[in-house]
Amino acid sequence: MAITTVACPLPGTFYRRPAPDQPPFKGEGDAVSVGDTLGLVEVMKSFTPVTAEIAGTIKQFHVEDEDAVMAGQPLLDIET
Amino acid sequence: MALRKILVANRGEIAVRIIRAAQDLGLATVQVYSKADADMLAVRLADEAVEIGPAHPVKSYLKIDAILQAARDTGADAIHPGYGFLAENAGFAEAVEAAGLVFIGPTPETIRTMGDKAAARASAQAAGVPVVPGSDGVISDLATAPALAEAIGYPVMIKAAAGGGGRGIRVAQDADELATLLPQASQEARSAFGDGSLYLERFVPRARHVEVQVLGDGRTAVHLYERECSLQRRRQKVWEEAPARALPNDVRAALCASAVRLAEACHYRGAGTLEYLYDDASGEFFFIEMNTRIQVEHPVTEMVTGIDLVRAMIRIAGGEPLGLKQSDIVLRGHAIEVRINAEDAARDFMPNPGTVSGLTVPGGFGVRFDTMLYTGYTVPPFYDSLLGKLIVWDDTREGALLRLRRALAELQVEGLKTTVPLHMALARDPDVAAGRVHTRWLEGWLPTASFEGPSQGGAAP
Repeated sequence: MAITTVACPLPGTFYRRPAPDQPPFKGEGDAVSVGDTLGLVEVMKSFTPVTAEIAGTIKQFHVEDEDAVMAGQPLLDIET
Repeated sequence: MALRKILVANRGEIAVRIIRAAQDLGLATVQVYSKADADMLAVRLADEAVEIGPAHPVKSYLKIDAILQAARDTGADAIHPGYGFLAENAGFAEAVEAAGLVFIGPTPETIRTMGDKAAARASAQAAGVPVVPGSDGVISDLATAPALAEAIGYPVMIKAAAGGGGRGIRVAQDADELATLLPQASQEARSAFGDGSLYLERFVPRARHVEVQVLGDGRTAVHLYERECSLQRRRQKVWEEAPARALPNDVRAALCASAVRLAEACHYRGAGTLEYLYDDASGEFFFIEMNTRIQVEHPVTEMVTGIDLVRAMIRIAGGEPLGLKQSDIVLRGHAIEVRINAEDAARDFMPNPGTVSGLTVPGGFGVRFDTMLYTGYTVPPFYDSLLGKLIVWDDTREGALLRLRRALAELQVEGLKTTVPLHMALARDPDVAAGRVHTRWLEGWLPTASFEGPSQGGAAP
């Protein structure tokens, strides 16, 4: 069992859901496949998806929905 | 009531603009800010500053309670909302009034009416302002569509009522195409949006975006002529001019008079803008919507009329009469504004926040740079990408274009990629120089343009 931490690719606002009235893309304990969307980062009103580069299970989120994030900041851990 | 202290419920360059106008009137200023904006220029310029919440706008600049609390704590007697955020939120205007404060803008009723597309269209029609011919709501029976389209005039747009942002739109050139496209559009709208409702609207293939600036005191209103903002990318204006040189004088007079009729009909108070589509081919103009706030591009109007619009808004909010007759407003020369955004023009306008390591501001006669930047400032990633607006004025449009090239060459924003290279290329483009543009021109031109090489040039060729 190895833990991979997904770092934020760019500074901005992190969103865990596609829209405020929709459920989160992923929750803790969810299985992820390569290419799955884990969240969105909004930079100056432009949205960039954060996608999984490895398959595994989400162990833990380090940030909440709508949190301000910096580039390189840990977003979540994936257990492989 | 005479105002003493103004709270600015916004950020960025417009907050700076409002603080300057208030200080020019001898008024005290309070700037509210989010945790991410503690070092912004407006905070430095204001007499007082109050932190109102975290970076996310929902928790700060959109948080009505926190803004009103800041006003109470500092003893402010009026709130200027700027543009965006709460500027066109009737509930905010109401809450400000209920707190015994002055909202620097129109009444909540005006904001509500003009913010509702159908109500605004009905108000315009009642005031004799031409609107885009259309079906006035959804088509209840598709069998009536051909007759409706005939009355509207081809080409017509078939729009899904549940669509938006350009989705679910088809254009029929004639009755045959309408017969083919109508069932397709209805079916697609049903599967894409779960609602097959359609409406029809005249399609103007090469429209210019023109807009009329008005000022009112709730009783009378005047216009300050028009702007042209046809150069847009993804429906965002990037370059604005005043006046719209494509308009013949009789059209200009009719357009501006129509704006005053609507402003007076809705007892408009403060500065507002009526947006229109203008069809070069037919010379027709059609009202689209009214923005009940100060706009980003207001400086071009200030440059050609000599009237400080933000100061006028504050005076009107303080209860002063308009103090301007239409004949007092004289159009002089030509102004161009270009939006300097933190975006990399060479990489599909990717947002580019960061720290300003050096700044050279252009100057000289007829040059104005409204900005939030200073050397050492870090542009946060949480808000829009507008860094500032470079505005030039001259007697003629040709002179203004030359001055724009000169000023763009002087402007140096180091440490960030900006839209300066885009404007350099536009300022040298023959179609732009000839005014041969429409609202979709820029998006067609961008793939042909090159922003490679040095981003900041020397003297213009």
